[in-house]
Amino acid sequence: MINKLQIARSEPLWNTNNRVIFLIFSLTVVLFVLPVFGINSFYLHLMIMIFMHAVMAQSWNVIAGFSGQISLGHGAFFGIGAYTSSFFFVQFGISPWLSIFLGMFFSGLVAVLIGIPMLRLSGHYFAIATLLIGISFQVVFQRWELVGAASGLWVPLTPEDSWISLQFHSSKVPYYYIFLIFFIISFFFVWLLSRSKIGFKLRAVRDDPQAALSLCINVSNYKIIAYVISAMIMAPMGSLFAQYILIIDPDRMFNLEISIIVLLITVLGGIGNIWGPLIGAAILIPISEYSRIYLGGTGGAVDLIIYGLILMLICIFRPEGLISFVPKNILERKKQR
Amino acid sequence: MKILSVEKLSRSFGGIKANDDISFEADEGKILGVIGPNGAGKSTLFDLITGYTKADSGKIKFDKKNIFGLRPDTISNLGIGRTFQKLKPFADQTLLENVMIGSFVKENNIRKARDKALEIIDFVDLIEKRHHFAKELSTGQRKRLEMARAMAIEPRLLLMDEVTGGVDQKTIPGLVDIIKKLKTSGVTIITIEHNINIIMEISDNILALDQGKKIAYGTPTEIQNNKEVIDSYLGTYDNA
Repeated sequence: MINKLQIARSEPLWNTNNRVIFLIFSLTVVLFVLPVFGINSFYLHLMIMIFMHAVMAQSWNVIAGFSGQISLGHGAFFGIGAYTSSFFFVQFGISPWLSIFLGMFFSGLVAVLIGIPMLRLSGHYFAIATLLIGISFQVVFQRWELVGAASGLWVPLTPEDSWISLQFHSSKVPYYYIFLIFFIISFFFVWLLSRSKIGFKLRAVRDDPQAALSLCINVSNYKIIAYVISAMIMAPMGSLFAQYILIIDPDRMFNLEISIIVLLITVLGGIGNIWGPLIGAAILIPISEYSRIYLGGTGGAVDLIIYGLILMLICIFRPEGLISFVPKNILERKKQR
Repeated sequence: MKILSVEKLSRSFGGIKANDDISFEADEGKILGVIGPNGAGKSTLFDLITGYTKADSGKIKFDKKNIFGLRPDTISNLGIGRTFQKLKPFADQTLLENVMIGSFVKENNIRKARDKALEIIDFVDLIEKRHHFAKELSTGQRKRLEMARAMAIEPRLLLMDEVTGGVDQKTIPGLVDIIKKLKTSGVTIITIEHNINIIMEISDNILALDQGKKIAYGTPTEIQNNKEVIDSYLGTYDNA
């Protein structure tokens, strides 16, 4: 008789399907060569927004999807990232490339300070607490003279395109590549995280904190770890977005909408799944941008109505998100049972 | 050697004394059975030992170390594993992933942790179900999952809460075999059990509780002949 344990041991550690790897590789290549075909600046902008929101949603996915804590104030970390890089450039002329890391550091620090008291709260209390903290950041920055109060910060424009100052006036293509590379790095990092020991423990905390405690997992520490990682993924997007629009103000950078949209994207695409945020962003962002074009201004809020409708349908019929339409055996090699 | 000693442990919920002045010791490498009617305070006792509920007063020593008042994760880290009466599997993860989370405690390398988890899953005889999600498993299989997961942290003391409760009769012998096999590996076991035949068969010693109080402690034969136990528990059990 063949030993079943030996068979089990000979299985590969992960059931990754080669076709999926090939698909990801081809998609990456396509994304890299896309600007070569001279797509116009609207489409570049659209892609940049998709990359940015996919990363922002991935950040939220780490805290909500992996560790099970619903944060409703994640926009705060976006704003911290934006303000850090812009402030250090405006005041001291420090290159945004350096202050992106400072922004990550401050975001992580704020996450620790918020996390230590707040993550002891369970479930919806944490959600409410983060919602209020998110709003309070906006109020503070609206009154903080050092960072320009309500009028915000105007990033001094360089006369020409500058890689050091991370400003490009003649073309969106450099921005496209910068956002694309950050998108790939962030997704790769979260993919590694999900397969790491920490990833396993975070999922344990999400599924059953009581059982996790019985397996030597310090639940509050792991929640804080997830919150810090999540905040540090969010911050660079704030910094890069600030460099993209070159003017930041509290109304835009600490907008509640940021906190809400990362939630919508992730839930639509598939919460707790690494590809969920990408799928969600690839669908919601074009809806938002097109409604802005056809309906003017902020899209006449029609995009929000459409979001709401889609989300309702998803919650009713596909609570696991759009990713659940992809059959499991395509994502993973057929498992030996 | 005594691996666990509990002294005058008490805990009240409102006016109800769930555990009232309980003292006992557990011998290393032996099985201690805990019996008592519903509401006797058996599960509360487990929660007090493992830190899930704070005791009002008393002393708990594990391997001569005072563990009274420590957090559950600290206590499990010292080498006390447990299962839950109300099962708590990581529902959205596979059986293998569930057990791996346990084996990560002693093993940092993912492949080694996987292999160790597989061995334990094989030990509880569920190897064919390794890729099934915990939510797809039957109650009996989930009980095995919890045992496997607790074993994966390599505990010196394992607390098992009603391993054979709520499963069908045919499943019981398999679960009992696992407990017996586990004992030969040297781990100390404290098990709560309602099935009196099983507890008499597997236990080296038995602790009998009633209404939060210890009413007897002794070998299965001593317990069977103890008048107080017969009155409060065995008697009613036989007549039922």
